[in-house]
Amino acid sequence: MKHYTIPRVVTKLLLPLILLFALYVQFHGDYGPGGGFQAGVIFGAGFILYALIYGLDKARRLMPPQVLRVGVSLGVLIYAGVGLLGLLLGGQYLDYNVLDSHDPAHGQHLGILLVELGVGITVSSVMVTIFYAFAGRGR
Amino acid sequence: MIAHLPALQVVIPLVSAPLCALLPAGRPAWLAAMTASWLAFLIAALLLYQVLAHGPISYLMGGWPVPWGIEYRVDALNAYMLLIVAAIGAIVASFGRTVVEQRLSLPVNKHPWFYTAYLLCLTGLLGITVTGDAFNVFVFLEISALSSYALISVGRDRRALVAAYQYLVMGTVGATFILIGIGLLYVMTGTLNMGDLAARLPAVSGTRTVRAAFAFLTVGTAIKLALFPLHLWLPNAYAYAPSPVAAFLAATATKVAIYVMLRFFFTVFGVQFSFETMQLDKILLPLSLVGIVSASLVAIFQTNVKRMLAYSSVAQIGYMMLGVSLVSVAGLTASISHLFNHALIKGSLFMALGCVSYRVGAARLERMAGVGRSMPWTMGAFVIGGLSLIGVPLTAGFVSKWYLIVGALEKGWWPVAVLVLATSLLAVVYIWRVVEVAYFKPAPEGLKVREAPLALLIPTWALALANLYFGLDTSLNAGVARLAAQGLLGGAP
Repeated sequence: MKHYTIPRVVTKLLLPLILLFALYVQFHGDYGPGGGFQAGVIFGAGFILYALIYGLDKARRLMPPQVLRVGVSLGVLIYAGVGLLGLLLGGQYLDYNVLDSHDPAHGQHLGILLVELGVGITVSSVMVTIFYAFAGRGR
Repeated sequence: MIAHLPALQVVIPLVSAPLCALLPAGRPAWLAAMTASWLAFLIAALLLYQVLAHGPISYLMGGWPVPWGIEYRVDALNAYMLLIVAAIGAIVASFGRTVVEQRLSLPVNKHPWFYTAYLLCLTGLLGITVTGDAFNVFVFLEISALSSYALISVGRDRRALVAAYQYLVMGTVGATFILIGIGLLYVMTGTLNMGDLAARLPAVSGTRTVRAAFAFLTVGTAIKLALFPLHLWLPNAYAYAPSPVAAFLAATATKVAIYVMLRFFFTVFGVQFSFETMQLDKILLPLSLVGIVSASLVAIFQTNVKRMLAYSSVAQIGYMMLGVSLVSVAGLTASISHLFNHALIKGSLFMALGCVSYRVGAARLERMAGVGRSMPWTMGAFVIGGLSLIGVPLTAGFVSKWYLIVGALEKGWWPVAVLVLATSLLAVVYIWRVVEVAYFKPAPEGLKVREAPLALLIPTWALALANLYFGLDTSLNAGVARLAAQGLLGGAP
């Protein structure tokens, strides 16, 4: 892709916006359409675009597979961990009410925010991992 | 913590799965998987004890009341299934680490992912069983199915990839059908809670939508449980999967699918709709009979012993569905107790075969010549499993065959009873072929075969001895099964 100036420049311009939009979808998911899954896919797609334009090696330097390996697991652990936290604080599994002892509604906000964050981390890591696995075949 | 057991049953393997992926390869990942599996078994045993002592348990996820939230509901049938799945999961996880890893086609640094997939599969199967929410069943079904495709594909034989792909296609069709069925039920009733569905369905049961949902659920679960003629994905998947995976899936995956079918037909739709309006028993009866006979006949002609056992599994599933099609307490007791007994039987047979192929290199019949003398303990376990498969008295297999014949005679269907006895003779033939080669053929010149290591023999023999124990003391495998059967025929759990 070295000689294709337009895709390279456009990618450079768009990439921050794509990642920013992913974060918007992630954190606005509580109130509007969106959420962890969609945000994770957009975030992952940003890295995949980078890898398509600038090559797999550069993308691997930017987002090393070791980091992805942790990310894939970390998201699930955050999700399940929030559930267990509710259990430890005296509620049922995944009961967000108990996360804030004064204001259950705030606890619900916090719970869904953390859980969706976990979903986002795992989904984006899995997206990029799958891309690496396919793009890295035969190397 | 006791009150949270239904959630922990699923959460402990679920949390351990990503932890395994983060741990270094070798002992730590294996230890984590084994600890989680044994914890799950402990929880399942406690749950069964609680259910038998105090009746069904209901657990509300996130504190949301029924029917809005997801309810985990454990009655005698669930608790019994949980015990089967968790027990086999724990015993298979204790299978020696070096042996398991030697049978994988993965580089060493990827071995932790194998345990991750194993724990996810366990999570899915336990989740399907424990939940009282129809959509949750589908979610866990996909978790267990996707991880089992991965588990099968890491077999060392290259055909494992194709087998896993075949299973993926068929399994996805099955899961999609189940999802469509659940979706149609949701359209008609506006609820996903099984108890609530059971209460609301009779009012709309005359509609075509509900009938379509019933048909989709029937075919979807029939693919998942490998009912003849939808069983073609199963033989290759079991034959080319790594031995511990074959043992685990053969003993649990199809059983859980049968549980889903029982739950939907008896609890959600109700006996009257399923068997009087829709006359499902008239479809299940011939399919299970043809399945028993044809799969047993095909098993006789296999040269790969794992494939032979896989076809025998299809025949055994036929016995279980035959019990369902009797729609009586005795018939259902036979089916449900055979879920347990067959898990013990196939678990011990596949694990004994895993020991053989660890030493001999393959599970082909001609390679097993003389193994009976060089590996007496391994083949001893295989023979006990085989006797139990045939249904010899004093083994676990006899218990379920007994109830099946009693159920058939109760209905006056004596040809069915004769057929059950006759097909047991077919099982004698294919088990005898292995025994003959292993004990009476001389070992090839110059080939030294040693007994399998203790790390393999202990779990294998644990299952083999369980076959004998539960043939004598039937209070758990037949007693609880009878309780579960009465619960199913008595309406909502």
